[in-house]
Amino acid sequence: MIQFVLLISRQGKVRLTKWYSPYTQKERSKVIRELSGVILTRGPKLCNFVEWRGLKVVYKRYASLYFCMCIDQDDNELEVLEIIHHFVEILDRYFGSVCELDLIFNFHKAYYVLDEILIAGELQESSKKTVARLIAAQDSLVETAKEQASSISNIIAQATK
Amino acid sequence: MNSFFSGTRLRDMIRAIRACKTAAEERAVVRKECAAIRTSINENDHDYRHRNLAKLMFIHMLGYPTHFGQMECLKLIASAGFPEKRIGYLGLMLLLDERQEVLMLVTNSLKQDLNHSNQYIVGLALCALGNICSAEMARDLAPEVERLLQFRDPNIRKKAALCSIRIIRKVPDLAENFINPAAALLKEKHHGVLITGIQLCTDLCKVSPEALEFLRKKHTEGLVRTLKDVVNSPYTPEYDIAGIADPFLHVRLLKLLRALGQGDADSSDAMNDILAQVATKTESNKNAGNAILYECVETIMSIEDNGGLRVLAINILGRFLSNRDNNIRYVALNMLMKAITVDAQAVQRHRATILECVKDSDASIRKRALELVYLLVNETNVKPLTKELIDYLEVSDQDFKGDLTAKICSIVEKFSPEKIWYIDQMLKVLAEAGNFVKDEVWHALIVVISNASDLHGYTVRALYKAFKTSSEQESLVRVAVWCIGEYGDMLMNNVGMLGVEDSVTVTDSDIVDVVEIAIKHHASDLTTKAMALIALLKLSSRFPSCSEYVFSVPSIPCNSIRLMFFYHRGTAFFLSCIKRMRFQLRIKDIIVHHKGSLVLELQQRSLEFNSIIDKHQNIRSTLVERMPILDEATFTTRRAGSLPAAVSTSGGASLNLPNGAVKPSTSLLVDLLDLSDDVPAAPSSSGGDFLQDLLGVDLSPAPTQSGTNQVQKAGTDVLLDLLSIGAHPVQSSSSTTDILSPIQNEKSPIATLDALLPSSSLSAQATSAKAAPVMDLLDDFSPSPSKPEDNGSVYPPLVAFESSSLRITFDFSKQPGNPQITIVLATFTNLTPNVFTDFIFQAAVPKFLQLHLDPASSNILPASGNGSITQNLRVTNNQHGKVFLAFTSKSIVMRTRISYKINNKDTLEEAQINNFPRDL
Repeated sequence: MIQFVLLISRQGKVRLTKWYSPYTQKERSKVIRELSGVILTRGPKLCNFVEWRGLKVVYKRYASLYFCMCIDQDDNELEVLEIIHHFVEILDRYFGSVCELDLIFNFHKAYYVLDEILIAGELQESSKKTVARLIAAQDSLVETAKEQASSISNIIAQATK
Repeated sequence: MNSFFSGTRLRDMIRAIRACKTAAEERAVVRKECAAIRTSINENDHDYRHRNLAKLMFIHMLGYPTHFGQMECLKLIASAGFPEKRIGYLGLMLLLDERQEVLMLVTNSLKQDLNHSNQYIVGLALCALGNICSAEMARDLAPEVERLLQFRDPNIRKKAALCSIRIIRKVPDLAENFINPAAALLKEKHHGVLITGIQLCTDLCKVSPEALEFLRKKHTEGLVRTLKDVVNSPYTPEYDIAGIADPFLHVRLLKLLRALGQGDADSSDAMNDILAQVATKTESNKNAGNAILYECVETIMSIEDNGGLRVLAINILGRFLSNRDNNIRYVALNMLMKAITVDAQAVQRHRATILECVKDSDASIRKRALELVYLLVNETNVKPLTKELIDYLEVSDQDFKGDLTAKICSIVEKFSPEKIWYIDQMLKVLAEAGNFVKDEVWHALIVVISNASDLHGYTVRALYKAFKTSSEQESLVRVAVWCIGEYGDMLMNNVGMLGVEDSVTVTDSDIVDVVEIAIKHHASDLTTKAMALIALLKLSSRFPSCSEYVFSVPSIPCNSIRLMFFYHRGTAFFLSCIKRMRFQLRIKDIIVHHKGSLVLELQQRSLEFNSIIDKHQNIRSTLVERMPILDEATFTTRRAGSLPAAVSTSGGASLNLPNGAVKPSTSLLVDLLDLSDDVPAAPSSSGGDFLQDLLGVDLSPAPTQSGTNQVQKAGTDVLLDLLSIGAHPVQSSSSTTDILSPIQNEKSPIATLDALLPSSSLSAQATSAKAAPVMDLLDDFSPSPSKPEDNGSVYPPLVAFESSSLRITFDFSKQPGNPQITIVLATFTNLTPNVFTDFIFQAAVPKFLQLHLDPASSNILPASGNGSITQNLRVTNNQHGKVFLAFTSKSIVMRTRISYKINNKDTLEEAQINNFPRDL
């Protein structure tokens, strides 16, 4: 099971956190501080796994961002690397060659994508296409609601003119 | 509403925060935003609610408190539109977790949304439930989720499946409801549903034996077929990763098969073929393929034995191990650790490669490899492996030395074929990384050295040489100082030379040099310095050639008439005596040097030892006799901590403490007193040792239990005996008096004793002292300063135990004048929303403590911290303030057990509390 997902920039700034097991706010900041200390200082050629408090953290660097997932002792580390890559590819497709700024300004969308890939710390969908389709459908629902709202407010605005 | 979707304001805030140059600026911006959001919340502003929440999520991610936004999430979730719900649920998952009570309020909204006609809203609710649901919500909403496992849209089915995983993890009792719907998912074609269904079945197998049995019987074949289909499926772009169709599905299928095959020969048999096919046919040049191979190997290792398959698996691991990719090597090491229980021989073949991995530049790989090597060591290969590891210790990273040292020490202790090898290896480790060696390791080494009587000379010489090169390694210094104190004479006279060693020429002043360096080294801590002081005292009588003459000189600034007498015995003898006296003087100098030490212990020791050298020549040699051979068995049991009071059970057990450096686990005084009751003549045989213990131990008043007074007197008598000061013990006068009470009676033992002592200045002080420590009887020390806790000093309250449901805090108080007794006021607070009934708190303490529990204020604990139960505990610490040669006093530990009922359901919590303030 994936305990939590972290996205940390090279400067140690947090870009996304998702906790699948309960950590208090205090523990969360401690975990982030500890892990960014360990992970950001590791050399480029080393393996992508760090043992930490009886768990393992699988991380992978994409440009300026570190994608980290913390897993149980007996989970498959290599597969988690694939899950990370899966997530990155879907983000890439959704934003169109994603960069750190996309994730900063549209952080909520990154969360929506993640929620279509993982629930309860387990993989939900192995097809990138399906995830993209589901996100698009929900986005368009929001768009429709927004259009309706604006047309209604136009009507109200005109009626009360 | 528009303003949010145009995104300007959220965007502006993020921009403003990113533009901040300092943390203070950022805080200011965030504070301003939070204030605006709060105002908006208070005005109950609908239009900006979701924008506010989005901003709060960003602020939350930066680590600022955002609890005031929690209710906004609930309001958004309760609103009708999809956009509001979407952001509301996102906020719920980010800002809350399962432990917040606000979460309970959302149960109803969740229930409605799970039954919503819009499948995307159902999806949102399932996602939120799966990520943060608590046990209670799981119970409430399980029927909805169960129903959704059969929903028409596959995307809802897969979400419901993962949601079910969370539910059965929270409430394993619900597992049986999910067995049938979960098994139905295994027949699905949609990969998402299949993956999540398999995952759900794997989790069901973990929590429910019935589920495991059912799936094993009915679905093993189906799963094997599914795996076969996936392995042989043609190219499907949708699921393809590196030429493999859906590696995620592969991995999950293999995982479930492992659960089914474990411990069951039939189902293991059924999956042999497909496992062999996966193991041989999967491409291993990409990560995805390796992930499958890795999972496959683990499955092969876990299911029932099939020789051929295991060979295949070990070969794959061998290939992994020689891979250039660090990730692959890491998982290979990881898997070999599991394989070692299955086929140790096969793993041994890779020993050389694994040993290379210990020296890798990657810390994760080093750590794995070291653990594997540790498992690989056996009697036959311990010598070469230890040599490799110790050689590597010299060049390894500082932060790896701790782990490496611990493992080497453990290996050496476990497998050493002979004592000399053990001592050699330990000395190497100490010289190389002594600062990383744990206390119990060097304690054990001292025990072994003490037991190897034929190696004493060899060891002390080796330590002397090692000290010359690595005097900065604290543990080495301690062991060296201890051995020099005990066996210093062997160092000088080359006693017990072994064939392998070179002789060294060491003079007595060289030896004192070593101890002096140890005591003066700036980095030496209290223990080392204290051990060095004791070593000096011991050294002062280790060279017996003419010591009796020197010792007969009452004080060191020597009597010239006696020197004349020596002169008549011959010049050489005279010179040697002069040398001896210089030697004595030097030892005395160093000891005296510490009489001004700011550390009370050192100061006191220095004064005591000085007076022993000066005024108690007649008993000194007995006092500083060699330690008796330390008993390995007792040490081992004590180390394991299983028998805290092992020593006191056998009345005459010799004290097997390396120079008192290990904490004695029982009151030595009581030991001694037992002896004097049962075996009156006992002190004569090993008086020196007991005296030594007395020297170290008896700094505090004896236990004030009922009947202690009697005991105390006996103790004094024995002491008198040992010191041979009085003409006869003062029993006659002690029968009516109480030395603990402030009676200033001439007949009191102290006063009597006092009169017998050479110095007379004690009487005033000792009689005026309320409870003069026995130690003071030795000489004219002023009574040790009254300890602060005697005045009932204040201790900080302590959170003794905290779980998700219960918190216990302890407040401490002392009665003035009774420092051994601590009154602990325990306060219990209920952190859950349910009332605890039949609340019982039980506690147990080690033998050196006595515990009395007063009745609790109630046995019903109201919910949510609305009131608490209090209970008084009275702890009597027999070891209170007792300072051993190790200079540590024992503090309180307690094991507790709390039982109570929630909704008539029994709950039991246990905890060990050892964070009591040190000086209780």
